[in-house]
Amino acid sequence: MISFSPSEEQQMIVNMVKEFATDEMRKIYRECDESGEIPAQIIDTAWEMGFASTYIPEEHQGLGEEHSSLTGSLIAEELAWGDLSMAMHILCPSLVVLPVVEMGTDEQKAKYLPAFCGEKFKAATAALVEPLFNFDANALSTTARPDGNDYILNGAKCFVPLAADADLLMVYAAENGSTQGFIVEKGTPGLEVSEREKNMGIKALATYELTLKDCRIPKENRLGGENGCDFNRILNCSNVALSAMAVGVAKAAFEYSRDYAKDRHAFGEPIASRQTIAFMLAEMAIEIDATRLMTWEAAWKLDRKEDATKEASLTKTYADDMVLMVTDRAVQILGGHGYIREHPVELWLRNGRGFTAFNGMAIV
Amino acid sequence: MIDFELTPEEEKEIAEAHKHAEEELRPIARYYDECEHESPKELIDILWERSKQGSSLLGLGIASALTIEETCWGDAGLMLCNPGSGLGGAAILMSGTQEQQQRFLSKFSEGDEPKWGAMAMTEPECGSDTAAISTTAVQDGDEWVLNGEKIFITAGKRAVDESDGLVVVWATVDKSAGRAGMKPFVVEAGTPGMRVEKVENKLGIRASDTATVIFEDCRIPYENILGSPEVRKLDPSQTAGFRRAMATFDATRPIIAAMALGVGRAALDFVKETLEKEGVEIRYGLPRNKQTAAERDIMDMEANYKAAKMLMLRAVWLMSQFQPNSLEASMAKAKAGLAVTKITQKAIELMGPLGYSRKYLLEKWMRDAKINDIFEGTGQINMLVTARRILDYSREQLK
Repeated sequence: MISFSPSEEQQMIVNMVKEFATDEMRKIYRECDESGEIPAQIIDTAWEMGFASTYIPEEHQGLGEEHSSLTGSLIAEELAWGDLSMAMHILCPSLVVLPVVEMGTDEQKAKYLPAFCGEKFKAATAALVEPLFNFDANALSTTARPDGNDYILNGAKCFVPLAADADLLMVYAAENGSTQGFIVEKGTPGLEVSEREKNMGIKALATYELTLKDCRIPKENRLGGENGCDFNRILNCSNVALSAMAVGVAKAAFEYSRDYAKDRHAFGEPIASRQTIAFMLAEMAIEIDATRLMTWEAAWKLDRKEDATKEASLTKTYADDMVLMVTDRAVQILGGHGYIREHPVELWLRNGRGFTAFNGMAIV
Repeated sequence: MIDFELTPEEEKEIAEAHKHAEEELRPIARYYDECEHESPKELIDILWERSKQGSSLLGLGIASALTIEETCWGDAGLMLCNPGSGLGGAAILMSGTQEQQQRFLSKFSEGDEPKWGAMAMTEPECGSDTAAISTTAVQDGDEWVLNGEKIFITAGKRAVDESDGLVVVWATVDKSAGRAGMKPFVVEAGTPGMRVEKVENKLGIRASDTATVIFEDCRIPYENILGSPEVRKLDPSQTAGFRRAMATFDATRPIIAAMALGVGRAALDFVKETLEKEGVEIRYGLPRNKQTAAERDIMDMEANYKAAKMLMLRAVWLMSQFQPNSLEASMAKAKAGLAVTKITQKAIELMGPLGYSRKYLLEKWMRDAKINDIFEGTGQINMLVTARRILDYSREQLK
């Protein structure tokens, strides 16, 4: 039965996250962007909401709730509305937790999941993107080669959030032409995390390049063990997460430019009362809503364990375009003021521009 | 609980509509496009028998909207030939009393001959600015006397000349009162003083008749005014007549969006099937810089179709929940009208000579699609409604 109404429980979670985004994230996001640092305290506060531990089975100290990409996409939108860098930082441990919960072997679950149920933020991350203009998640140049009881990983990765602090990295590599996940622990010989990257946007999020040189890991660290993982599903969950985040960023920019347009007077009236501005805002609102609903549908399909490749990839591409259009227009509506760092819209444009490059950097 | 699953009943209705579209509409679609003013009599008789059990345009749920999409996937022009109370019925349900609904609508569920209901709003000098209509209704004893000219009436000829139908005419009882003076009146077929002046030749949806109807001292019973005859001037926001006209749009706009989507999907399916026959595969999930230009175009068309569809479903769902949907209805209509206009135009480009040839229906779909960006409020009017709503502006604040 078709419905567009979140459940009561989902609405409660959304309200809680929205409050956190408004009261905490929105207070410091500009400072964080300028300094490149996110205070540990805000990350720990977010951690208490239990985004990582919710889906961890009770036997591994989690809350044992059934994983829902739909609920996750609602959360991701609100967090990204607060700030994209912080949202990616806060949800980063899920990059290891969710694939292990869904596809890990019993041993992997028992070994790795309990650490994410503590009181303090536990950094973990995934390394998917490679520093190539024609990067393709399904045709990686990082390789995994079996060697006796081990796998040997070789390759280079970029856009790996929190790589320097992460105790665990889910490294994606090509094994006989298909992409598989490999759990690499911090300090494994051959894993070298480079200096922090300098990006156009998401400046508060610490991202890194890393290299794998004959990095040897035990065979049992292959995600899913002998069965391997359903990488397509991981990618789809990631595309849904990033689409939801694009909606959040776009919504922030839309709201700000809408309010500005009502406030700012030119030729004796608010600029919003001119169709040239009002129609820009109308199109922004329409495309934001459309993208959100597409995201929901893709997430809903994932929650039913159906193949959502078409929905998730179309939505992600649509969201990439949408967030750029919306954030660019937000800057345009503010005119010269939009270009000045006193207003947040330039930050959202820089963040919005990144989505075509963001792959596998968040998951719900 | 957010859910996108159709119920088995909905699935069944949609499947039936698809069968009807494929087997009964597609085979005759080209003929009635080429023979513009000819009526598909056989089809109409079949549809009349079905519609008597039938539905109206209001109180529409998800199933009806998706059924309309399927039907328009078959043919949008023929879909608009459907006998029944149509847009006139929508206005009667929205504005009429129980007694009026009973009096005017019961004939659409009985009789051997098909009947049509139509709505007359647009005039030669006013289209989107519906509040500026100049057709007058003057009370004379226990009658109203209508004078004026109405154009672009969908199914106007069928409602007035070709059946025992009716037209809901929007007229002003007090020009100085502006919107507050605007009222809907029911004029039944055969009423002296009402006549069809001409039937338009159009770019598309040619199977559907689009008529000009003249009212010359056309007398109708006093009880044929829908709702209250009172002109409330005190509170301009409570202009009942106009507001009801707009409320009708809240119900019909998502339906136009559904119609649009049917035409858009027809074009998309044709493109994809043609490519498939040639062994061209659409590789979803491939990074953009590895996609062919055609793949990129098709994915873009599909995503736009899906975006419009989601907005349409939300607007219809809100309506079915009896929740306000003005904003969402306008969003859906604005998006769908433009999306399918672009989808069908792009489809012709992708299909090259196959797209432009009248041997196939694609060129027709491009012509049919365009109307969805125009009727029941142009794309621009729907953008304006959307803009006013998101800005919380009145029509004076955003013109």
